[in-house]
Amino acid sequence: MIKRVVITGLGVVAPNGVGLDAFTHAIKNGISGIKKDPELARLQFSCQIAGKPEISTELSLQYFSELELRNFNSTGILYGVIAGIDAWKDAGLSLEINEEPDWDSGTIFGTGTSGIDKFRESIYKIDDFQTRRLGSTAVAQTMNSGVSAYLGGKLGLGNQVTTNSSACTTGTESILMAYERIQSGQAKRILAGSTSDSGPYIWGGFDAMRVCTFKHNDSPEQGSRPMSASASGFVPGSGAGALVLEDLETALARGAKIYAEVLGGNVNSGGQRGLGTMTAPNPVAVQKCIKSAIAKAGIHPNEIDAINGHLTATSKDSLEIQNWSEALERKGTDFPYINSLKSMVGHCLSGAGSIESVASVLQLHHGFVFPNINCEDLHPEITALIDESRIPRKLIEKELNIIAKASFGFGDINGCVIFKKFKCHPLTLSKGKGAKSENQ
Amino acid sequence: MNKEQTIDELKNIVKPYIVNQEAFDALTVETDFINDLKINSANLVDVILDIEEKYNIVIDNESMERMINVKSAMEIIETKLSERE
Repeated sequence: MIKRVVITGLGVVAPNGVGLDAFTHAIKNGISGIKKDPELARLQFSCQIAGKPEISTELSLQYFSELELRNFNSTGILYGVIAGIDAWKDAGLSLEINEEPDWDSGTIFGTGTSGIDKFRESIYKIDDFQTRRLGSTAVAQTMNSGVSAYLGGKLGLGNQVTTNSSACTTGTESILMAYERIQSGQAKRILAGSTSDSGPYIWGGFDAMRVCTFKHNDSPEQGSRPMSASASGFVPGSGAGALVLEDLETALARGAKIYAEVLGGNVNSGGQRGLGTMTAPNPVAVQKCIKSAIAKAGIHPNEIDAINGHLTATSKDSLEIQNWSEALERKGTDFPYINSLKSMVGHCLSGAGSIESVASVLQLHHGFVFPNINCEDLHPEITALIDESRIPRKLIEKELNIIAKASFGFGDINGCVIFKKFKCHPLTLSKGKGAKSENQ
Repeated sequence: MNKEQTIDELKNIVKPYIVNQEAFDALTVETDFINDLKINSANLVDVILDIEEKYNIVIDNESMERMINVKSAMEIIETKLSERE
Protein backbone atom coordinates (compact mmCIF):
# COMPACT_ATOMS: atom_id res chain seq x y z
CA MET A 1 0.00 0.00 0.00
CA ILE A 2 1.33 3.41 -0.95
CA LYS A 3 1.77 5.66 2.04
CA ARG A 4 1.25 9.40 2.05
CA VAL A 5 4.21 11.39 3.32
CA VAL A 6 4.12 14.60 5.33
CA ILE A 7 6.64 16.98 6.85
CA THR A 8 6.42 17.22 10.62
CA GLY A 9 9.64 18.95 11.62
CA LEU A 10 12.05 21.53 10.25
CA GLY A 11 15.54 22.66 11.20
CA VAL A 12 17.87 25.10 9.52
CA VAL A 13 21.37 26.50 9.86
CA ALA A 14 21.64 29.23 7.25
CA PRO A 15 23.98 32.17 6.69
CA ASN A 16 21.11 34.58 7.42
CA GLY A 17 19.60 32.73 10.34
CA VAL A 18 20.29 29.78 12.61
CA GLY A 19 17.07 28.21 13.88
CA LEU A 20 13.56 28.45 12.45
CA ASP A 21 12.58 31.75 14.08
CA ALA A 22 15.68 33.67 13.03
CA PHE A 23 15.56 32.17 9.54
CA THR A 24 11.82 32.87 9.03
CA HIS A 25 12.35 36.47 10.14
CA ALA A 26 15.33 36.83 7.79
CA ILE A 27 13.67 35.46 4.68
CA LYS A 28 10.47 37.44 5.21
CA ASN A 29 12.45 40.64 5.54
CA GLY A 30 14.97 40.04 2.79
CA ILE A 31 17.92 39.99 5.19
CA SER A 32 21.19 39.03 3.55
CA GLY A 33 23.64 36.66 5.24
CA ILE A 34 26.48 37.50 2.85
CA LYS A 35 29.56 39.04 4.41
CA LYS A 36 33.10 39.92 3.57
CA ASP A 37 35.26 36.87 4.38
CA PRO A 38 38.70 37.89 5.71
CA GLU A 39 40.14 34.43 5.11
CA LEU A 40 39.14 34.49 1.42
CA ALA A 41 40.67 37.96 1.17
CA ARG A 42 43.91 36.83 2.81
CA LEU A 43 44.11 33.92 0.37
CA GLN A 44 43.58 36.33 -2.55
CA PHE A 45 40.38 34.73 -3.84
CA SER A 46 38.68 36.56 -6.70
CA CYS A 47 35.44 36.35 -4.73
CA GLN A 48 36.05 37.48 -1.16
CA ILE A 49 32.46 37.37 0.09
CA ALA A 50 30.53 34.37 1.35
CA GLY A 51 27.53 33.12 3.28
CA LYS A 52 28.52 31.34 6.45
CA PRO A 53 26.23 30.48 9.39
CA GLU A 54 27.37 31.90 12.72
CA ILE A 55 27.62 29.22 15.39
CA SER A 56 28.89 30.06 18.88
CA THR A 57 30.68 27.55 21.10
CA GLU A 58 27.77 27.81 23.55
CA LEU A 59 25.36 26.75 20.82
CA SER A 60 27.63 23.89 19.70
CA LEU A 61 27.69 22.59 23.27
CA GLN A 62 23.92 22.17 23.18
CA TYR A 63 24.36 19.55 20.45
CA PHE A 64 27.82 18.06 21.07
CA SER A 65 29.65 17.02 24.23
CA GLU A 66 32.92 18.72 25.14
CA LEU A 67 34.65 15.49 24.24
CA GLU A 68 33.07 15.42 20.78
CA LEU A 69 34.22 18.98 20.22
CA ARG A 70 37.85 18.16 21.08
CA ASN A 71 39.83 18.21 17.83
CA PHE A 72 36.53 18.67 15.99
CA ASN A 73 37.00 20.49 12.70
CA SER A 74 34.07 19.71 10.43
CA THR A 75 31.71 22.59 9.77
CA GLY A 76 29.44 20.45 7.61
CA ILE A 77 28.81 17.96 10.42
CA LEU A 78 28.34 20.85 12.89
CA TYR A 79 25.67 22.50 10.72
CA GLY A 80 24.01 19.19 9.82
CA VAL A 81 23.74 17.95 13.38
CA ILE A 82 22.30 21.25 14.63
CA ALA A 83 19.71 21.40 11.82
CA GLY A 84 18.90 17.69 12.18
CA ILE A 85 18.43 17.71 15.95
CA ASP A 86 16.37 20.90 15.70
CA ALA A 87 14.07 19.30 13.11
CA TRP A 88 13.69 16.23 15.31
CA LYS A 89 12.74 18.34 18.33
CA ASP A 90 10.48 20.53 16.20
CA ALA A 91 8.63 17.36 15.18
CA GLY A 92 7.96 16.74 18.86
CA LEU A 93 10.11 13.61 18.83
CA SER A 94 12.04 12.42 21.85
CA LEU A 95 15.78 12.71 22.42
CA GLU A 96 15.54 10.26 25.28
CA ILE A 97 18.22 7.58 25.20
CA ASN A 98 16.77 4.07 25.01
CA GLU A 99 18.60 0.76 24.86
CA GLU A 100 16.64 -0.26 21.77
CA PRO A 101 17.27 1.62 18.50
CA ASP A 102 14.26 3.26 16.87
CA TRP A 103 13.81 0.70 14.07
CA ASP A 104 11.18 2.76 12.25
CA SER A 105 13.25 5.94 11.95
CA GLY A 106 16.31 6.65 9.83
CA THR A 107 18.16 9.48 8.17
CA ILE A 108 19.16 10.33 4.62
CA PHE A 109 21.41 13.30 5.13
CA GLY A 110 23.48 14.36 2.16
CA THR A 111 26.68 16.26 1.66
CA GLY A 112 29.27 16.94 -1.02
CA THR A 113 32.36 16.63 1.17
CA SER A 114 32.82 16.02 4.86
CA GLY A 115 35.16 17.75 7.26
CA ILE A 116 37.31 19.26 4.56
CA ASP A 117 39.26 21.24 7.19
CA LYS A 118 39.84 18.07 9.22
CA PHE A 119 40.94 16.36 6.03
CA ARG A 120 43.47 19.12 5.35
CA GLU A 121 44.73 18.91 8.94
CA SER A 122 45.12 15.13 8.60
CA ILE A 123 46.95 15.37 5.29
CA TYR A 124 49.48 17.77 6.79
CA LYS A 125 50.07 15.39 9.70
CA ILE A 126 50.43 12.36 7.44
CA ASP A 127 52.95 14.11 5.21
CA ASP A 128 54.85 15.12 8.35
CA PHE A 129 55.11 11.42 9.41
CA GLN A 130 52.56 12.03 12.18
CA THR A 131 49.87 9.55 11.11
CA ARG A 132 49.77 8.07 14.62
CA ARG A 133 48.76 11.48 15.94
CA LEU A 134 45.57 11.84 13.86
CA GLY A 135 43.39 10.95 16.85
CA SER A 136 40.33 8.73 16.92
CA THR A 137 37.83 10.90 15.03
CA ALA A 138 39.63 11.71 11.76
CA VAL A 139 37.65 9.00 9.98
CA ALA A 140 34.25 9.87 11.47
CA GLN A 141 34.73 13.53 10.61
CA THR A 142 35.99 13.03 7.06
CA MET A 143 33.93 10.10 5.82
CA ASN A 144 31.19 11.44 3.59
CA SER A 145 28.55 9.75 5.72
CA GLY A 146 29.93 11.43 8.87
CA VAL A 147 26.91 13.70 9.20
CA SER A 148 24.38 10.87 9.05
CA ALA A 149 26.54 8.75 11.37
CA TYR A 150 26.67 11.50 14.00
CA LEU A 151 22.90 12.06 13.71
CA GLY A 152 22.14 8.35 13.76
CA GLY A 153 24.00 7.97 17.05
CA LYS A 154 22.53 11.03 18.69
CA LEU A 155 18.98 9.98 17.82
CA GLY A 156 19.40 6.20 18.14
CA LEU A 157 18.10 5.64 14.60
CA GLY A 158 17.61 2.00 13.66
CA ASN A 159 16.33 2.29 10.09
CA GLN A 160 18.47 3.33 7.09
CA VAL A 161 21.25 5.75 8.03
CA THR A 162 22.99 7.05 4.92
CA THR A 163 24.40 10.02 3.08
CA ASN A 164 23.54 10.84 -0.51
CA SER A 165 25.69 13.01 -2.72
CA SER A 166 24.68 14.65 -5.97
CA ALA A 167 26.36 18.07 -6.02
CA CYS A 168 23.92 20.97 -5.71
CA THR A 169 20.92 18.64 -6.11
CA THR A 170 21.87 16.73 -2.94
CA GLY A 171 19.32 18.31 -0.58
CA THR A 172 16.38 17.94 -2.94
CA GLU A 173 17.41 14.38 -3.69
CA SER A 174 17.58 13.44 -0.01
CA ILE A 175 13.96 14.56 0.44
CA LEU A 176 12.86 12.44 -2.51
CA MET A 177 14.83 9.41 -1.31
CA ALA A 178 13.24 9.76 2.13
CA TYR A 179 9.83 10.18 0.51
CA GLU A 180 10.25 6.97 -1.47
CA ARG A 181 11.38 4.97 1.54
CA ILE A 182 8.38 6.04 3.58
CA GLN A 183 5.95 5.79 0.68
CA SER A 184 6.97 2.17 0.11
CA GLY A 185 6.45 1.38 3.80
CA GLN A 186 10.12 0.65 4.57
CA ALA A 187 10.34 3.38 7.21
CA LYS A 188 7.86 5.43 9.18
CA ARG A 189 10.08 8.43 9.55
CA ILE A 190 13.22 9.73 7.85
CA LEU A 191 15.23 12.76 8.84
CA ALA A 192 16.01 14.15 5.39
CA GLY A 193 18.44 16.95 4.81
CA SER A 194 21.81 18.03 3.59
CA THR A 195 24.78 20.08 4.63
CA SER A 196 27.83 21.76 3.20
CA ASP A 197 31.22 22.55 4.69
CA SER A 198 32.32 26.15 4.58
CA GLY A 199 35.65 27.80 3.94
CA PRO A 200 38.32 28.27 1.30
CA TYR A 201 39.00 24.58 0.70
CA ILE A 202 35.43 23.92 -0.38
CA TRP A 203 34.96 27.17 -2.30
CA GLY A 204 38.40 27.42 -3.95
CA GLY A 205 37.55 25.21 -6.91
CA PHE A 206 34.57 27.38 -7.82
CA ASP A 207 36.66 30.52 -7.47
CA ALA A 208 39.19 29.00 -9.87
CA MET A 209 36.41 28.30 -12.40
CA ARG A 210 35.51 32.03 -12.23
CA VAL A 211 31.88 31.17 -11.58
CA CYS A 212 31.74 33.28 -8.41
CA THR A 213 31.25 37.04 -8.51
CA PHE A 214 34.34 39.20 -8.04
CA LYS A 215 32.47 42.48 -8.40
CA HIS A 216 31.05 42.84 -4.92
CA ASN A 217 33.97 42.42 -2.54
CA ASP A 218 33.12 45.78 -1.05
CA SER A 219 29.33 45.39 -1.23
CA PRO A 220 28.74 41.83 0.03
CA GLU A 221 25.00 42.15 0.63
CA GLN A 222 24.46 43.18 -2.99
CA GLY A 223 26.69 40.37 -4.31
CA SER A 224 24.17 37.60 -4.85
CA ARG A 225 21.89 38.77 -7.67
CA PRO A 226 19.75 35.96 -9.11
CA MET A 227 17.62 37.03 -12.10
CA SER A 228 19.31 40.43 -12.22
CA ALA A 229 20.70 41.94 -15.43
CA SER A 230 23.83 42.71 -13.42
CA ALA A 231 24.21 39.19 -11.98
CA SER A 232 27.90 38.34 -12.19
CA GLY A 233 28.27 34.88 -10.71
CA PHE A 234 27.23 33.12 -7.54
CA VAL A 235 28.31 33.86 -3.99
CA PRO A 236 29.60 30.77 -2.18
CA GLY A 237 27.60 29.74 0.86
CA SER A 238 27.24 26.92 3.35
CA GLY A 239 24.88 25.56 5.97
CA ALA A 240 22.32 22.83 6.44
CA GLY A 241 18.60 22.21 6.25
CA ALA A 242 16.65 19.31 7.71
CA LEU A 243 13.09 18.03 7.36
CA VAL A 244 11.41 15.23 9.25
CA LEU A 245 9.41 13.26 6.69
CA GLU A 246 6.81 10.98 8.18
CA ASP A 247 4.16 8.53 7.18
CA LEU A 248 0.85 10.46 7.35
CA GLU A 249 -0.93 7.91 9.50
CA THR A 250 1.91 7.79 12.00
CA ALA A 251 1.99 11.58 12.15
CA LEU A 252 -1.78 11.83 12.66
CA ALA A 253 -1.74 9.08 15.26
CA ARG A 254 0.74 10.92 17.42
CA GLY A 255 -0.98 14.26 16.86
CA ALA A 256 2.06 15.81 15.19
CA LYS A 257 2.02 19.30 13.70
CA ILE A 258 1.99 18.87 9.91
CA TYR A 259 3.77 21.55 7.89
CA ALA A 260 3.07 20.20 4.42
CA GLU A 261 2.66 17.11 2.34
CA VAL A 262 5.31 15.85 -0.07
CA LEU A 263 3.24 15.01 -3.14
CA GLY A 264 6.18 13.52 -5.02
CA GLY A 265 8.90 14.54 -7.35
CA ASN A 266 11.59 13.34 -9.67
CA VAL A 267 15.33 13.18 -10.18
CA ASN A 268 17.04 12.65 -13.51
CA SER A 269 20.12 13.53 -15.54
CA GLY A 270 20.73 15.06 -18.92
CA GLY A 271 23.51 12.54 -19.48
CA GLN A 272 25.87 15.39 -20.47
CA ARG A 273 24.42 15.03 -23.95
CA GLY A 274 22.89 17.68 -26.19
CA LEU A 275 23.50 21.04 -24.50
CA GLY A 276 24.33 19.28 -21.23
CA THR A 277 27.91 19.10 -19.95
CA MET A 278 29.59 18.50 -16.61
CA THR A 279 28.65 22.05 -15.64
CA ALA A 280 25.77 23.05 -17.93
CA PRO A 281 22.26 21.60 -17.82
CA ASN A 282 20.65 19.79 -20.71
CA PRO A 283 17.36 21.75 -20.98
CA VAL A 284 15.53 18.71 -22.34
CA ALA A 285 16.34 16.86 -19.12
CA VAL A 286 15.46 19.82 -16.88
CA GLN A 287 12.03 20.12 -18.47
CA LYS A 288 11.49 16.39 -18.37
CA CYS A 289 12.40 16.36 -14.69
CA ILE A 290 9.90 19.10 -13.87
CA LYS A 291 7.14 17.51 -15.97
CA SER A 292 7.70 14.08 -14.41
CA ALA A 293 7.67 15.58 -10.92
CA ILE A 294 4.31 17.19 -11.64
CA ALA A 295 2.91 13.99 -13.12
CA LYS A 296 4.11 11.90 -10.19
CA ALA A 297 2.59 14.40 -7.77
CA GLY A 298 -0.73 13.99 -9.56
CA ILE A 299 -1.28 17.71 -10.07
CA HIS A 300 -1.82 20.00 -13.05
CA PRO A 301 0.90 22.59 -13.79
CA ASN A 302 -1.69 25.34 -13.32
CA GLU A 303 -2.06 24.35 -9.67
CA ILE A 304 1.47 25.50 -8.85
CA ASP A 305 1.30 28.75 -6.89
CA ALA A 306 4.99 29.35 -6.47
CA ILE A 307 8.36 28.06 -7.60
CA ASN A 308 11.47 28.05 -5.50
CA GLY A 309 14.11 28.03 -8.18
CA HIS A 310 17.71 26.93 -8.32
CA LEU A 311 18.62 30.38 -9.74
CA THR A 312 22.24 30.88 -8.70
CA ALA A 313 22.93 34.35 -10.20
CA THR A 314 24.90 33.17 -13.21
CA SER A 315 24.09 33.53 -16.89
CA LYS A 316 22.01 30.34 -16.62
CA ASP A 317 19.16 32.01 -14.70
CA SER A 318 17.35 33.02 -17.91
CA LEU A 319 17.63 29.48 -19.23
CA GLU A 320 16.14 28.15 -16.00
CA ILE A 321 13.14 30.48 -16.30
CA GLN A 322 12.71 29.41 -19.90
CA ASN A 323 12.79 25.74 -18.84
CA TRP A 324 10.15 26.31 -16.16
CA SER A 325 8.01 28.31 -18.56
CA GLU A 326 8.14 25.65 -21.26
CA ALA A 327 7.71 22.72 -18.86
CA LEU A 328 4.66 24.28 -17.19
CA GLU A 329 3.37 25.89 -20.40
CA ARG A 330 2.84 29.07 -18.42
CA LYS A 331 4.25 32.52 -19.15
CA GLY A 332 3.71 36.24 -18.65
CA THR A 333 1.27 37.03 -15.84
CA ASP A 334 0.12 33.40 -15.81
CA PHE A 335 3.50 32.24 -14.51
CA PRO A 336 3.66 31.22 -10.81
CA TYR A 337 5.50 33.37 -8.31
CA ILE A 338 9.20 32.55 -8.38
CA ASN A 339 11.95 33.28 -5.91
CA SER A 340 15.53 32.37 -5.15
CA LEU A 341 16.78 32.07 -1.61
CA LYS A 342 20.31 32.42 -2.97
CA SER A 343 19.80 36.18 -3.19
CA MET A 344 20.06 36.20 0.63
CA VAL A 345 22.31 33.25 1.50
CA GLY A 346 24.40 32.64 -1.61
CA HIS A 347 24.77 29.20 -3.08
CA CYS A 348 24.99 26.75 -0.19
CA LEU A 349 26.10 23.99 -2.60
CA SER A 350 25.23 20.54 -1.21
CA GLY A 351 23.25 22.27 1.56
CA ALA A 352 21.25 24.40 -0.88
CA GLY A 353 18.42 22.02 -1.78
CA SER A 354 17.43 21.35 1.81
CA ILE A 355 17.83 24.92 3.13
CA GLU A 356 15.74 26.15 0.20
CA SER A 357 13.17 23.39 0.78
CA VAL A 358 12.85 24.48 4.41
CA ALA A 359 12.20 28.02 3.12
CA SER A 360 9.61 26.67 0.66
CA VAL A 361 7.77 24.70 3.34
CA LEU A 362 7.78 27.71 5.67
CA GLN A 363 6.12 29.73 2.90
CA LEU A 364 3.34 27.14 2.60
CA HIS A 365 2.90 26.82 6.33
CA HIS A 366 2.82 30.51 7.19
CA GLY A 367 1.34 31.77 3.90
CA PHE A 368 3.90 34.08 2.36
CA VAL A 369 6.24 34.47 -0.60
CA PHE A 370 9.63 35.75 0.51
CA PRO A 371 11.13 38.62 -1.48
CA ASN A 372 13.96 38.30 -3.99
CA ILE A 373 16.64 40.84 -3.18
CA ASN A 374 19.17 42.40 -5.56
CA CYS A 375 17.08 42.08 -8.71
CA GLU A 376 15.67 45.60 -9.08
CA ASP A 377 17.19 45.37 -12.55
CA LEU A 378 15.55 42.16 -13.81
CA HIS A 379 17.30 40.51 -16.73
CA PRO A 380 15.50 41.42 -19.97
CA GLU A 381 15.62 37.81 -21.16
CA ILE A 382 13.61 36.91 -18.06
CA THR A 383 11.02 39.69 -18.36
CA ALA A 384 10.57 38.67 -21.99
CA LEU A 385 9.25 35.35 -20.68
CA ILE A 386 7.42 36.15 -17.47
CA ASP A 387 5.78 39.22 -16.01
CA GLU A 388 7.83 41.06 -13.42
CA SER A 389 4.95 40.88 -10.95
CA ARG A 390 5.76 37.16 -10.72
CA ILE A 391 9.18 37.92 -9.23
CA PRO A 392 8.34 39.51 -5.87
CA ARG A 393 10.82 42.10 -4.64
CA LYS A 394 8.72 42.68 -1.51
CA LEU A 395 7.20 40.20 0.91
CA ILE A 396 3.79 38.93 -0.21
CA GLU A 397 1.51 37.59 2.52
CA LYS A 398 -0.70 35.11 0.77
CA GLU A 399 -2.10 31.63 1.29
CA LEU A 400 -0.30 29.21 -1.03
CA ASN A 401 -1.32 25.68 -1.84
CA ILE A 402 1.44 24.13 -3.96
CA ILE A 403 5.13 24.99 -4.32
CA ALA A 404 7.55 23.36 -6.76
CA LYS A 405 11.18 23.27 -5.68
CA ALA A 406 13.98 22.33 -8.04
CA SER A 407 17.73 21.99 -7.80
CA PHE A 408 20.26 21.39 -10.54
CA GLY A 409 23.83 20.24 -10.12
CA PHE A 410 27.21 19.51 -11.67
CA GLY A 411 27.11 16.28 -13.58
CA ASP A 412 24.01 17.52 -15.44
CA ILE A 413 21.66 16.29 -12.74
CA ASN A 414 18.23 17.56 -11.74
CA GLY A 415 15.79 17.20 -8.90
CA CYS A 416 12.28 18.58 -8.47
CA VAL A 417 9.95 18.09 -5.52
CA ILE A 418 6.32 19.19 -5.09
CA PHE A 419 5.12 20.38 -1.66
CA LYS A 420 1.46 20.95 -0.81
CA LYS A 421 -0.08 22.74 2.12
CA PHE A 422 -1.61 20.16 4.39
CA LYS A 423 -5.22 20.64 5.33
CA CYS A 424 -6.54 18.10 7.73
CA HIS A 425 -10.10 17.07 6.94
CA PRO A 426 -11.76 13.64 6.72
CA LEU A 427 -11.25 13.34 2.97
CA THR A 428 -7.46 13.72 3.15
CA LEU A 429 -6.98 10.04 3.80
CA SER A 430 -8.74 8.99 0.61
CA LYS A 431 -6.95 11.13 -1.98
CA GLY A 432 -6.07 9.09 -5.05
CA LYS A 433 -2.62 8.91 -6.58
CA GLY A 434 -3.71 8.59 -10.19
CA ALA A 435 -0.69 9.79 -12.11
CA LYS A 436 1.86 7.13 -11.29
CA SER A 437 2.17 5.68 -14.78
CA GLU A 438 2.94 8.99 -16.43
CA ASN A 439 6.47 8.98 -15.06
CA GLN A 440 9.30 9.15 -17.62
CA MET B 1 58.38 10.27 39.94
CA ASN B 2 55.78 10.93 42.61
CA LYS B 3 53.09 8.24 42.47
CA GLU B 4 50.25 10.31 43.94
CA GLN B 5 51.05 13.17 41.62
CA THR B 6 51.10 10.90 38.58
CA ILE B 7 47.73 9.42 39.51
CA ASP B 8 46.31 12.93 39.78
CA GLU B 9 47.79 13.87 36.41
CA LEU B 10 46.42 10.71 34.80
CA LYS B 11 43.02 11.42 36.31
CA ASN B 12 43.00 14.82 34.64
CA ILE B 13 44.00 13.28 31.32
CA VAL B 14 41.29 10.59 31.26
CA LYS B 15 38.56 12.81 32.72
CA PRO B 16 37.05 13.97 29.40
CA TYR B 17 36.76 10.39 28.12
CA ILE B 18 35.23 8.53 31.08
CA VAL B 19 31.65 7.30 31.11
CA ASN B 20 31.47 5.80 34.62
CA GLN B 21 31.77 8.70 37.05
CA GLU B 22 31.66 6.48 40.17
CA ALA B 23 34.63 4.41 39.06
CA PHE B 24 36.43 7.63 38.18
CA ASP B 25 35.84 9.11 41.63
CA ALA B 26 37.13 5.90 43.24
CA LEU B 27 40.09 5.59 40.85
CA THR B 28 43.04 3.47 42.08
CA VAL B 29 46.09 1.95 40.36
CA GLU B 30 43.97 -1.13 39.61
CA THR B 31 41.30 0.83 37.73
CA ASP B 32 40.84 -0.49 34.17
CA PHE B 33 40.30 2.13 31.45
CA ILE B 34 37.71 0.23 29.44
CA ASN B 35 36.07 -2.14 31.95
CA ASP B 36 35.85 0.26 34.89
CA LEU B 37 35.89 3.77 33.45
CA LYS B 38 33.96 2.60 30.35
CA ILE B 39 36.14 4.68 28.05
CA ASN B 40 35.20 4.02 24.43
CA SER B 41 37.96 1.80 23.02
CA ALA B 42 38.41 4.17 20.06
CA ASN B 43 39.16 6.98 22.52
CA LEU B 44 42.09 5.06 24.07
CA VAL B 45 44.32 6.37 21.29
CA ASP B 46 43.32 9.89 22.28
CA VAL B 47 44.18 9.17 25.93
CA ILE B 48 47.59 7.92 24.81
CA LEU B 49 48.20 11.00 22.62
CA ASP B 50 47.29 13.21 25.59
CA ILE B 51 49.73 11.29 27.82
CA GLU B 52 52.48 11.67 25.21
CA GLU B 53 51.87 15.37 25.06
CA LYS B 54 51.79 15.83 28.83
CA TYR B 55 55.05 13.96 29.50
CA ASN B 56 56.77 14.68 26.22
CA ILE B 57 57.32 10.98 25.53
CA VAL B 58 56.53 8.64 22.65
CA ILE B 59 54.59 5.49 23.44
CA ASP B 60 55.30 2.70 20.96
CA ASN B 61 52.62 0.34 19.64
CA GLU B 62 53.64 -2.54 21.96
CA SER B 63 53.43 -0.35 25.05
CA MET B 64 50.14 1.04 23.82
CA GLU B 65 48.63 -2.46 23.71
CA ARG B 66 49.65 -3.06 27.32
CA MET B 67 48.20 0.23 28.55
CA ILE B 68 44.88 -1.04 29.82
CA ASN B 69 44.78 0.29 33.37
CA VAL B 70 46.21 3.02 35.59
CA LYS B 71 49.00 0.78 36.83
CA SER B 72 50.32 -0.15 33.39
CA ALA B 73 50.02 3.45 32.27
CA MET B 74 52.14 4.58 35.22
CA GLU B 75 54.77 1.92 34.53
CA ILE B 76 54.99 2.82 30.90
CA ILE B 77 55.25 6.54 31.63
CA GLU B 78 58.01 5.83 34.15
CA THR B 79 59.92 3.62 31.72
CA LYS B 80 59.65 6.13 28.88
CA LEU B 81 60.71 8.99 31.13
CA SER B 82 63.76 7.06 32.32
CA GLU B 83 64.69 6.12 28.74
CA ARG B 84 64.63 9.78 27.90
CA GLU B 85 67.09 10.70 30.63
